[in-house]
Amino acid sequence: MASESVKSQYTVTIGIECHVQLKTKTKLFSGADNDAREAAPNTLVNHIDFGLPGALPVLNGEAVPLAAKAAFALGTKPQKFSKFDRKHYFYPDLPMGYQITQFDEPIILGGEVTFDVNGEIKHVGITRAHLEADAGKSTHPAGRDYSLVDLNRAGTPLLEIVSEPDMHSAAEAKGYAKELYLRMKYAGVSDANLYYGNMRFDVNVSVSKTDEWGTRTETKNLNSFRSVEKAVEYEVNRQIDELEKGNEIIQETRGWDDTLLQTFSQRTKEDAHDYRYFPDPDIPPVVLTDEQIAEFETSMAKLPNDYREILLSVGLEKAVIEDIIAVPNTAMTVGRVYELAGGSHAKRVAFWLLQPQSDDSEDITEEGQRVSDENLVKLSQMVEDNKLSSTAAKEVLADLLKTNDDPEKIAESKNLLQVSDEGAIAEIVSQVLVDNPKAAEDVKNGEMKAIGFLTGQVMKLSQGKANPALAQQLIKKQLGL
Amino acid sequence: MAWDSIATIAAKVNAGEVKAVDLVEQSLRTIAEKSSFNAIIATTEDRAKERASQIDAAIAAGESVGRLAGVPFIAKDNFLVFGGETTAASNILRGFEAPYQSTAINRLEAEGAICVAKANLDAFAHGSSTENSDFFTTKNPHDETRVPGGSSGGSAASVVLDLAPFALGTDTGGSIRLPASFTGCVGYKPTYGLVSRSGVVAMASSTDVIGPITTSVEDAAIVLDVISGKDELDSTTIEKDAQGYVVDAPGSLKGKKVGVIKEYMGEGLNPAVKENIVKAIEAMKAAGAEVSEVSLPSLPLALAVYYIVCPAEVSSNLSRYDGQRYGYTKQDAADLNDSYIGSRELGFGKEAKRRIMIGTYVLSSGYYDAYYRKAQTVRTKLINEFAAAFEQYDVLVGPTAPDIAFKIGENAEDPLQMYLTDIMTVAVNLVGVPAISIPAGTIQDMPVGFQIIGKQRSDRELLAIAAQTEAIL
Repeated sequence: MASESVKSQYTVTIGIECHVQLKTKTKLFSGADNDAREAAPNTLVNHIDFGLPGALPVLNGEAVPLAAKAAFALGTKPQKFSKFDRKHYFYPDLPMGYQITQFDEPIILGGEVTFDVNGEIKHVGITRAHLEADAGKSTHPAGRDYSLVDLNRAGTPLLEIVSEPDMHSAAEAKGYAKELYLRMKYAGVSDANLYYGNMRFDVNVSVSKTDEWGTRTETKNLNSFRSVEKAVEYEVNRQIDELEKGNEIIQETRGWDDTLLQTFSQRTKEDAHDYRYFPDPDIPPVVLTDEQIAEFETSMAKLPNDYREILLSVGLEKAVIEDIIAVPNTAMTVGRVYELAGGSHAKRVAFWLLQPQSDDSEDITEEGQRVSDENLVKLSQMVEDNKLSSTAAKEVLADLLKTNDDPEKIAESKNLLQVSDEGAIAEIVSQVLVDNPKAAEDVKNGEMKAIGFLTGQVMKLSQGKANPALAQQLIKKQLGL
Repeated sequence: MAWDSIATIAAKVNAGEVKAVDLVEQSLRTIAEKSSFNAIIATTEDRAKERASQIDAAIAAGESVGRLAGVPFIAKDNFLVFGGETTAASNILRGFEAPYQSTAINRLEAEGAICVAKANLDAFAHGSSTENSDFFTTKNPHDETRVPGGSSGGSAASVVLDLAPFALGTDTGGSIRLPASFTGCVGYKPTYGLVSRSGVVAMASSTDVIGPITTSVEDAAIVLDVISGKDELDSTTIEKDAQGYVVDAPGSLKGKKVGVIKEYMGEGLNPAVKENIVKAIEAMKAAGAEVSEVSLPSLPLALAVYYIVCPAEVSSNLSRYDGQRYGYTKQDAADLNDSYIGSRELGFGKEAKRRIMIGTYVLSSGYYDAYYRKAQTVRTKLINEFAAAFEQYDVLVGPTAPDIAFKIGENAEDPLQMYLTDIMTVAVNLVGVPAISIPAGTIQDMPVGFQIIGKQRSDRELLAIAAQTEAIL
């Protein structure tokens, strides 16, 4: 492999195409169910998906609003006019012999995504994003003389987001992929479940020693942030090695082996099709009015950057913020608590719900979070009012997350409520002062360190229920300070 | 035996005076008697009889069945219909049984009509004579040595041969009007989008329309009224006229502004045909219409535009016939490519292949701008010229075809000559306006068709004017 000093002579250029599966109930042009996750092959297929004679595609009414949301999430607006085109090629998983896509007038043109890479703000331009119908799935069983086609996925709505070649390192590529994922998820455009292939990335990589771009390769179908990062790293090293050996880079499509962490050649440019694009006469163009566009904008959910601002304003650190942002449900809950009860509650709830993210974590399962915002605020308020110690609050929270019962009742049933009854605590304090005469003497002599010890003893004797502030107050009082 | 009007038949069935089963029986018997004309590919006998019995039973039980109660009809074999195969007269779809029905058929059935048979056509509706059918050529009812026109030649012949009171056709470049002209019946091509294309084998999606072939304008109007209107299965459909299309009193031609299309009356028009057309125009004038000549200068380009746009869409629409899921499949193919090529090589006829090749060519990168894009530009020009003409005229008129029906085989080896048959019909499809062909006398016992063209969505008015004109010819 080329040395770091050789590598540093090259400029790396990366552009990414990302296919996002839209969160629609039915397919892009048919009424068949769009959720193919656990379905038996070819069970979610109607006459349109099967390409029967006379079958006409009809645009799903949910698709354009979702694409419009995506436009705002990408920092732009949807186009007022866009249309669908046919892209022709023969393959058994493409029943009509053409894919319906948007060729020269896509629903999204322009846009920008910003994100943080190692503390610096990175800007990546969006070239365009277009709606298209996915093809079916082909499998080729080893050693058999047949292939299998499953059309459940045929017609699934995709938004293909094409970036400008604005990235220059694997870390930036990964950062972009992650930010795109977060934005699509927050905007409600996609379930963005990477495990089920809801987002797939194609990375275009080239290296060059001059001002001109080198020949690029496209590594297709990456379905995790890690594979985006590793594939870029691998391609950069491979291309530099080839060039250093005096070889040329071939413009080609490459695949990714996630076990070997290597890219491999799939097909070269000579195999390129002439897709014979032309406007699909079965589907009228999509025309949006200014009013419709404004409505879409008003209905936008908060985006990751909105939550980052809130979390920053309540005094959380960047690393913590990103861990919270990585779990949209948590960020949204914290955001709602912020609006409901303000910054101090939001901050406390944020720490409660925080799940530290490993470098690769993605796609946290978020089902089962049944706790209401009101109960979280109530629990936080109990801490604020000294009714619960922070340790006890965590114990209550564990139950609360499972049951969403009244936190006060949970605390009571677990006998965790702090004692703020002066008389009761005063008794314990007297006992502690009797048991620890030396410490008491130290405090009297101005060694305030010892007061912490005495408070700790009060807490211990009260089984953690005494209000520590009150306990300290009473210690001082009884010692005549 | 000739049929009553559709309204009369339905009224008699609804009144219990006539039984649907007897009407279906009459239709099937006539089909058998006149089978030598090759108008029909196959009957849907079992299903037709079953439906007829159900309708009779419903009427006996006092239920109301609908406006087309018990009326038998024949569908061009590119309509997906239950009860038999749908082949589009092509080898590649031989044996294909539709798992769903076209919207037009569903709407007819909902009003009590009964499909009794599937009519012959040029395979995939590519042609003007039915000679491109992969099955057989339909003979003209007036002269068995002549073609009935196409591509809905089987449908038009069926109506003229009294096989059923009406038939459905499709018109992509003249395929309803031309056979109506050649066989002497009424062929109606609605405004684009007025009738759902769902469940009809596509030819060229941007010009395909579905319409009735009948013996009178009145019958055409009632069928159109039933099959027209928005359909959620076809996003290019439009709402029907709020008043519908059945015109009780068609009114008068008095004061109607009629434009005679100059480009259709000149060179290339058989002088004898011209004589009949001029007579029809004179009759309109005599009935009070204000007639003058109108020129649409881009009309001579329409055929060239059509034979770029149409094959482009055809090449795309025929991609789905790949032998992988239904229809003809080459057996023992060596690999996927062999299966594709073999299935399409043997499954498609000459004309389909010709159009696939032309269409593939004009859409190819490097040629798209020179052909497809330029053709669409001229198409827009045509649309504008028609729109300008309709600012001055209520309807435009001229012949439906330059000549009477030609002899079987006469144009078979010369596709360009065959394409010229459509020269007076294709512009209407490119522009999307409605048009009708009604009989205007004969030459040597062969029918001549008179074409009346209306503006977009003026179907109701056009039908009224056509009914008036029909009455005086």
